[in-house]
Amino acid sequence: MDQHHFFDAPERDPIDRVDGRAKVTGGATYSAEYKIQNTAYGFLVGSTVAKGRIKAIDTKSAERAPGVLAVITHLNAPKIPGYQTGKDPSKPQTGGQPLRVFYNDEIFYYDQPIALVIADTYERVLHAAKLVKAQFEKAAHQTDMEANLAKAKIPTGPRFEDYKRGELDAYKNAPVKLEQQYNHPVEVHNPMELGSIIARWEGADKVTVYTKTQGVGSTQNSIRDAFGLKAENVTVHAEHIGGAFGMALRTWPYEIAAIMGAQKIGRPLKLMLHREQMFTNVGYRPETVQKIGLGATADGKLTAITHEATANTSPYEEFTEATVNISRFLYACSNVTTRYRLVPLNVCTPIWMRGPGEATGCFALESAMDELAFALNLDPIEFRIRNHADTDPERNLPWSSKFLKECYELGSDRIGWKDRKLQPRARQEGDWLVGYGMGTGSFGAFRGSATVKAILQRDNKLVLQCSVNDMGPGTATMMTTIASEQMGMPPKQIAVQMGSTGLPPGPTQGGSMVTSTVGAAVHDVCAALKEQLAALASKEGSPFHTANVHEVKVDDLVFSETGLSLKRDGSVKISYADLLQRNSLPALELTKESRGQNQPYSSYSYSVHFVKLRVHPPTGRIKIDHIVSCADAGTIVSPKTAESQMIGGAVGGVGMALMEAVVMDHRFGRPINNNLADYHVPVNADIPKVDVLFVNKKDPYTNPMGSKGLGEIAIIGVAPAVANAVFNATGKRIRSLPITPDKVMEA
Amino acid sequence: MPHKKPAPNPNEEGGPAQGRRDFLKQSSLLAAIAAMPPLLVKAADAQLDEKAAAYFEKLPLSVEVNGVTHRLSIEPRTTLLDLLREQLALTGTKKGCDHGQCGACTVHVDGQRVLSCLSLAVMQEGKKVTTIEGLANGENLHPMQEAFIKHDGFQCGYCTPGQIMSGIACIREGHAGSDDEIREYMSGNICRCGAYPNIVKAIADVKKGGQRI
Repeated sequence: MDQHHFFDAPERDPIDRVDGRAKVTGGATYSAEYKIQNTAYGFLVGSTVAKGRIKAIDTKSAERAPGVLAVITHLNAPKIPGYQTGKDPSKPQTGGQPLRVFYNDEIFYYDQPIALVIADTYERVLHAAKLVKAQFEKAAHQTDMEANLAKAKIPTGPRFEDYKRGELDAYKNAPVKLEQQYNHPVEVHNPMELGSIIARWEGADKVTVYTKTQGVGSTQNSIRDAFGLKAENVTVHAEHIGGAFGMALRTWPYEIAAIMGAQKIGRPLKLMLHREQMFTNVGYRPETVQKIGLGATADGKLTAITHEATANTSPYEEFTEATVNISRFLYACSNVTTRYRLVPLNVCTPIWMRGPGEATGCFALESAMDELAFALNLDPIEFRIRNHADTDPERNLPWSSKFLKECYELGSDRIGWKDRKLQPRARQEGDWLVGYGMGTGSFGAFRGSATVKAILQRDNKLVLQCSVNDMGPGTATMMTTIASEQMGMPPKQIAVQMGSTGLPPGPTQGGSMVTSTVGAAVHDVCAALKEQLAALASKEGSPFHTANVHEVKVDDLVFSETGLSLKRDGSVKISYADLLQRNSLPALELTKESRGQNQPYSSYSYSVHFVKLRVHPPTGRIKIDHIVSCADAGTIVSPKTAESQMIGGAVGGVGMALMEAVVMDHRFGRPINNNLADYHVPVNADIPKVDVLFVNKKDPYTNPMGSKGLGEIAIIGVAPAVANAVFNATGKRIRSLPITPDKVMEA
Repeated sequence: MPHKKPAPNPNEEGGPAQGRRDFLKQSSLLAAIAAMPPLLVKAADAQLDEKAAAYFEKLPLSVEVNGVTHRLSIEPRTTLLDLLREQLALTGTKKGCDHGQCGACTVHVDGQRVLSCLSLAVMQEGKKVTTIEGLANGENLHPMQEAFIKHDGFQCGYCTPGQIMSGIACIREGHAGSDDEIREYMSGNICRCGAYPNIVKAIADVKKGGQRI
């Protein structure tokens, strides 16, 4: 194995997505699609006011409607033990008290569930839900961030205290300085699959749910705590989920409501949110106002960064993310100040959305870097290279690996950066102005713990089991790739079983850490499997056991699709079937837990995104011509799915840059554009050619494969690349996302 | 008319829907008296009006789905999407918005792409519906399904059935002449994972292959 590569053939043929066939035939089953006998249908009725109390709620008409089985409100809801003990029915935890659905009459936000209607058919429940009538005692709500900035406060706990390295706000005294504000609106994950759950009680203290979650284990814990059950009596299935991007990182009130409902009617219950409810009840990327102050010397050396962010949260929880943290380590700079504040508004609690705070923070930092480069008359890449952090300036540690400069080089070659002019408005094609921009992204390369069970069967099939699930990036494909490489077995002989609490525990899918965590466990269990096979092959009676050789080691053997053979003499071999039979084993089973160790290194993934676009000044229209996304994510384990993940991040970044924003009607505290026609996301015609380039060099410390995460860096840095390209094309600096035609025209 | 309901409150919404039900009950009961078996008339007499209404609110439907003819009795308000997913257990067709805004529910009706969430099931009388489950020929995948795997035209897979049904129609309609044309005519199908470039590649590949689809 050479220094830079984990796989013997770094340019190997990538395998197709192993669940591809299921997904193209309709055979992949998502949460609302499990065929459970006698399932009833639930639908949530929401509050029509954004703050206040429920004065009266009339469910009589709904209860009398045909097919209605129950209507649950705060007046008749079953007691939820977790509500009383104050135990948090929601993981991962945020500060504060998670919303307790149907707990009392208090309304915190518009469309907060006030009733669950249950009927025997979907059509009937929809009709009956319209018959529920409520009267509210309205209170003055707050949904306007700008109007509430004065209420901003530091989140509870030590992690979000103000940070200072060197001199406080040193940019103010710098020879060249920049101070600007950058605004980011509320963005909604809007995965294509709606929030969905089927809940089925099996007796008084045992429940099974099929639900949209990124972590079956964390959902199991939430339900356990809420309903006061034993963990082993809570089964959670979620093999496939139709996208999530962070939205399914916690257990939401609709899931608790459905479980409550199923208990009440003594029948399985299916609840699928409507798209409008996806805008109001399952989180979003918070609105964030950021201020950046940068200071530099005239020759382009950064002397100071100040990064402030104020984001919204809900009235009942403190949602936090690492919006300002990126400014502490992305560039070599001795004076850094960061401040992070929250403003509670009458909306549901946000939840991490792809890239999370880092993507928001990078929009501000990387826009400001572009502005300062221009002020210094420097190429923005050159400016970044002059301020490259050779070690981690925040933690004073060496990097475990960093190939950021390679990303700059790869990407600028591919996009044709040499054709870019430093001065804006320098390239015109017909009515269109052409511009180039770039932005850097980074995200921590984390590794958690995972347990994987490997079962080698007599039919040469290798089964891998782990409770981890997949919202799209290709977890099973990654696991198969590693096992295939380790065992010398073609992918078709490997089957992955995942997405269920009955399987060995894996991590939640989030934070760009599944390949590092679960992939390492697959690697380790395969290594252990090979040790076991070598031990079995060393036993007396085995063809490997001769008068002279009593023991064979893994390194002496070649593992292939049907069995093992001796490296130095291929004629000495045994099939897996024979070896297992000789040892009276129906199959060889091994379970291995694997976890990351604390290292004296800082580990981060890096991305650099390049955008070439055209702007049509008379109409303000922006047309992206080409995107090049480069990544240093260590070893690329599964090249085909990794490329798709990067493309997806670029597309998400285009949405963030050009179109996505929830528009609130503050008079009523309601979103105006709570549907996919009015909340614009990128469609096919918005997306040009996207080239993905990987440095693909191994990180020596993160995990046995040397991989680093990819999911977040795929989007972090895309939005500033677009904004910077718009500036290069037009000379207009737009600091408020999304960059819609009206802003281009009026700027 | 039996009076188990309270008097309608004019301030309440939902009045028209109740009115519709009452109308249906009345008119269907009149029809029952004229033409239906005495059993149902008796049921109405016994104030089993809801059951009787439920019966009369259903309409017969004969529709061919993936080559199989179904003779059904369904409510007129049932969409084709909900019929497929909730009654025929064909969950390959996806619900993403229920408003014709995302394309996840795209199926073929008599060979043309249709948003099944905006199509009432009763309107499909005598028509041929093809869903994602009806594309493959046994173990042999449809060329578009093969191409989506080859080009990795998806991640989570939830929009994929709709994309594939749309992609096939895009070629049949003669709208796959260039990458740009494919992009334009595939823009009714949202992919939130952002697999668009690979979706374009898959469709262009099938178009280039020239197979009969």
